[in-house]
Amino acid sequence: MSLKLEHVTYTYNPGTAYEMHALKDISLEIPAGQFVGIIGHTGSGKSTLIQHFNGLMCPTSGVVSYKEENIWQEGYSLKRLRSQVGLVFQYPEHQLFEADVLSDVCFGPKNQGLSNEEAEKKAIEALQQVGLKEKYYKSSPFELSGGQKRRVAIAGVLAMEPEVLILDEPTAGLDPKGRDEILDQIAYLHEQRKITVILVSHSMEDIARYVDRILVMNKGEKAFDGTPKEVFAHYKELEQIGLAAPQITYIMNELQAAGLPCDCSAITVEEAKASILKALERRKND
Amino acid sequence: MEIIKSRKLKYEYIKYDDNGQPCESYTAVKDVDLDVKAGQFISILGHNGSGKSTLAKHINALLLPTEGSIWIDGTDTKSVEELWKIRQKAGMVFQNPDNQIIGTVVEEDVGFGPENMGIPTGKIWKRVDKSLESVGMTAFRHRSPNKLSGGQKQRVAIAGVLAMHPKCIILDEPTAMLDPNGRKEVLAAVHELNKTEGITVILITHYMEEVIDSDKVFVMDQGQVVMEGTPREIFSRVEELKKYRLDVPQVTLLAHELKKAGVDLPDGILTTKELVDKLCH
Repeated sequence: MSLKLEHVTYTYNPGTAYEMHALKDISLEIPAGQFVGIIGHTGSGKSTLIQHFNGLMCPTSGVVSYKEENIWQEGYSLKRLRSQVGLVFQYPEHQLFEADVLSDVCFGPKNQGLSNEEAEKKAIEALQQVGLKEKYYKSSPFELSGGQKRRVAIAGVLAMEPEVLILDEPTAGLDPKGRDEILDQIAYLHEQRKITVILVSHSMEDIARYVDRILVMNKGEKAFDGTPKEVFAHYKELEQIGLAAPQITYIMNELQAAGLPCDCSAITVEEAKASILKALERRKND
Repeated sequence: MEIIKSRKLKYEYIKYDDNGQPCESYTAVKDVDLDVKAGQFISILGHNGSGKSTLAKHINALLLPTEGSIWIDGTDTKSVEELWKIRQKAGMVFQNPDNQIIGTVVEEDVGFGPENMGIPTGKIWKRVDKSLESVGMTAFRHRSPNKLSGGQKQRVAIAGVLAMHPKCIILDEPTAMLDPNGRKEVLAAVHELNKTEGITVILITHYMEEVIDSDKVFVMDQGQVVMEGTPREIFSRVEELKKYRLDVPQVTLLAHELKKAGVDLPDGILTTKELVDKLCH
């Protein structure tokens, strides 16, 4: 039940002067039900990588398999794969096109061959899952706010009931509350429907709060792969490749350097608070 | 004199039906009294749909007020004959760098503004040199803009505005699409311009950390300015900000939480250094 890449390499313009390796010998496995974050600076290969997950790009060499089946073998249905592995692009609201919200979300399930009634049922479920109020179902998608449009676009992918949901920067351009709402909603879906979630983000704070595992991409290669605590412990190396750790990591490290014995592996505000309170208590008792 | 001043500024978006008759209206900005002094670094916060961008577009007369007035360097934006002067004084940088770069070579893109203004060629090149230097992009002048990173493209866009010698730059979420490094680059470039050239900066952002070095912060909600003050004053009011769908920097939130748990800390801690000093000394 997993997504697997074995020695995947992708080369743009092979054999020409513009040859560029966007992915170099990537091997990884994402088990079903995991919540994975992918980080990397612009041009590090993140988008190329996620487009391999649902067969939008074919590796120059190496094997991509889903549920133990090579997706590029003859006779494999890429169409089916793409409804099982849903990809929400950056700024997905630019892809809304229907006259009203409900029809837009119905587009995917109808393409899967469902009847109008069934498609509508799936669409309504999906819209409820992303928390869009019913009064908007008949509105034109273009009359909605940025956050609402984003929800409609995500619902469009959810309505196809994917087993794996890949989101490329789902919160870019949203206000802080909107960011939290969308990510909470995704985390809820992950828990309730046990879907695998792959989240590409530039926000280390968001990544730290939600994911089980972080993949760090750099120059087309996997630079780090581990739990958030493991990966953010390398914050100095992350900086060298154009990334950063959550602000909390820096606070904890500086507090410790200044003599307060707190836990440097804390990556969220809650963890940091607990650790600092404990350290202060200990200091008082000494 | 104020570089930007508005009184009772109101803007309504009007929707027209098939016969061209107005059928619906929506007030995006109302009762905004703005006073920005030349050389200030101003940040505007507010949730999606709070009116930030609508307000920003009034500063270079892309939109004209439905009611009330706004003056840029003393000129009312309603005076049509002054339009180009206003746009030259107040330049705008948008969120998506790909939507605002038109040249095929970096230096040509930067020269586009002054060329439109009718500046003699020799002077245009001087301006291009200077502008690219100010944002640290001189080394890329002969490159194609589409081969640059997001942060570099945004810096080219800023250079393009600079070449018009504006008094004021408005940046509407310039870092929303950038990675952490790109964000740092762009902010550093903007702060540098503000400090060394004295250019007034209006920064609209959803990233609370980007605001802490501003002179003044405005918070917008439902088209109105609902909070106004220094970053420290604004970020001391954690609960109120949350009500407006906003947030505070992580270090401020952590300090706020620690204080609630009984640790002796002042309100509105903005930097890691402040927190470390207070807890360890």
